[in-house]
Amino acid sequence: MTKTAIKPLAMAACTVTNALGRGVAASLAALRAGISGLRPCDFADTNLPTWIGRVAGLEEESLTGNFAAFDCRNNRLARLGLEQDGFTAAVQHARDRYGADRIGVFMGTSTSGIGATEQAYQQRDPATGRLPANFDYQHTHNVFSVADFTRHWLGLTGVALAVSTACSSSAKAFASAYRHINAGFCDAAVVGGVDSLCLTTLYGFNALGLASTQICRPWDVTRDGLNVGEAAGFALLERAEPGESRIQLLGYGESSDAYHMTAAHPEGAGAVLAMEQALARAGFSAEQVDYINLHGTATRLNDAAEDKAVLRVFGPNTPCSSTKGWTGHTLGAAGITEAVFVWLGLEQGFMPGTLNTGQRDPQLGAGVLLENQERPMHIALSNSFGFGGTNCSLLLGRGAA
Amino acid sequence: MNELSVESIGLMAPGLIGWPASQAVLTGAQPYQADPIPAALGTLLPANERRRTTATVKLALQVAQEAMANDFGAVRHTLGVHTVLASSGGDSEVLDKICTALTQPDRPVSPTQFHHSVHNTPAGYWAIATGYTLPSLSLSAYNGSFAAGLREAAALAWMEQARVLLVAYDLPLPFPLSEQRQIIAPFAVALLLNPLDTAHRLALLRFPRETTGSATALENPALDALRLGNPAARSLPLLCAIVRHRAQRVALPVGEGECLTLEIQP
Repeated sequence: MTKTAIKPLAMAACTVTNALGRGVAASLAALRAGISGLRPCDFADTNLPTWIGRVAGLEEESLTGNFAAFDCRNNRLARLGLEQDGFTAAVQHARDRYGADRIGVFMGTSTSGIGATEQAYQQRDPATGRLPANFDYQHTHNVFSVADFTRHWLGLTGVALAVSTACSSSAKAFASAYRHINAGFCDAAVVGGVDSLCLTTLYGFNALGLASTQICRPWDVTRDGLNVGEAAGFALLERAEPGESRIQLLGYGESSDAYHMTAAHPEGAGAVLAMEQALARAGFSAEQVDYINLHGTATRLNDAAEDKAVLRVFGPNTPCSSTKGWTGHTLGAAGITEAVFVWLGLEQGFMPGTLNTGQRDPQLGAGVLLENQERPMHIALSNSFGFGGTNCSLLLGRGAA
Repeated sequence: MNELSVESIGLMAPGLIGWPASQAVLTGAQPYQADPIPAALGTLLPANERRRTTATVKLALQVAQEAMANDFGAVRHTLGVHTVLASSGGDSEVLDKICTALTQPDRPVSPTQFHHSVHNTPAGYWAIATGYTLPSLSLSAYNGSFAAGLREAAALAWMEQARVLLVAYDLPLPFPLSEQRQIIAPFAVALLLNPLDTAHRLALLRFPRETTGSATALENPALDALRLGNPAARSLPLLCAIVRHRAQRVALPVGEGECLTLEIQP
């Protein structure tokens, strides 16, 4: 590590819930077994020729009592996520140590609880056009809702904000948390992301022609689009101790494409900046990175742009893969989902392959793994990019001993 | 660390048409009159992009370009500035159109509306208009969005030892969402912040680590109604303190019942 490296943050606890199941064990088992969570679209009240990554049983959940105002699919998913892997208890321990006002909440989301507004619009009064009286915009649809719910659920009273930069949201939540801790605005942070299935994204990606009619196939020669998924994920970050043995956030990099609202820069220029900055901030060279979890949405252009960027920074030999074939594209939750997958890989000595991909696109040159590999790794990168030309890369691993 | 200079300000709201013209109102020398905002905003955007954008994007870009006017005039090439954009609810006009389309047969969501629906749309257009590739973060903290954005901008400026442009904006929601969320007028403000104490600063901000429950109110009832009627206008006590060139403490709401305390030095 160079002298300029930032001080790492330890991942004291983490959890994920997605189409593979509830909690990290369900994700790890499905990743190892090569079982996808994707299915032909069976989201309520839709008729779309695509596949989705739906969290089974979410329809039966509800928020009641003190949390009733927050009741919507997105916050139900947030609670389901917070209940896994002892995460809520881990935050309570941290709260006893740091104080409720010194643990920040940084939640990424793209569409928050817009599903509640979609439903309210279906129920507008035919005469007046008004929305139903029980609709609560602030606690469901508003962007801040999921961060507000999370802080209340965890009993935290300090910094709380929702990062909403489309599909880089929950990756950038790590960067925001890092800065707030560095500035002394908090001592520890709950970072995470929650995005849930809704008509807006299902019909929106369909309208853009970016939703595949088949299961998504990142980097495949026949890839033709993404599958929308839903997920909740959380991590508890605190300053790393000297000689830290836990996995850490070693660096992060962010950039703007300044190119186009929805199309990635064709040469992946912004992605290059984000990856290079993550390495520089951590004081690592590209050769030291053992694995890259790609954004890899499986659209023609996004994979091609990311491939160019990875080749430019890492060349063709660094093992990389996209896990979207397991979970679908979980949008604002993709960053946290894949950061936790990387955490699992670092813990377990496991590199996921690229599920559903049969034949690598010969036009693409990055070292994409098709099959899982049981292989120890120390340093790994996770990429997240989004509409508006927003890019974020996270570097995770165990720092120099 | 712990200090931040305000280099320049952009402002746009009814009766607050640009920072220079607003100062007499904010000092109290002139009465506040809610004159409508001009139609042509965000002129930095190329005409073809401007036609496709919404009132939200134009309002956010207008204050951003005002705060950055000195940089645009400079001869030297600039990589740009980091940006933080804070808005409670983003572009509700777009969200209303999408939710309306979803009630119709075959759900004809417009591709353009969909890609304008993300919270970071103004950030994307700003990057396209300026060519700036430095990072941008878009956030919401409901009524605390301005103070949350200011805290993020401060943390970013100190971390990167670089200037940060903070842009906060919110617009009235269209019916029927307007019945759920009352924002009484459009309001946007941009602060160009520098971690260094610059010679031509408008003010110096400090962030003492103390919280208080009561937000600073304004003496002028019309301005105070604006403050309470738009999350971005929660910045008004800070703007009034800056324009009065007086050392002052203000408390800006940052969450339910909590405020961010700021020390302002001329």
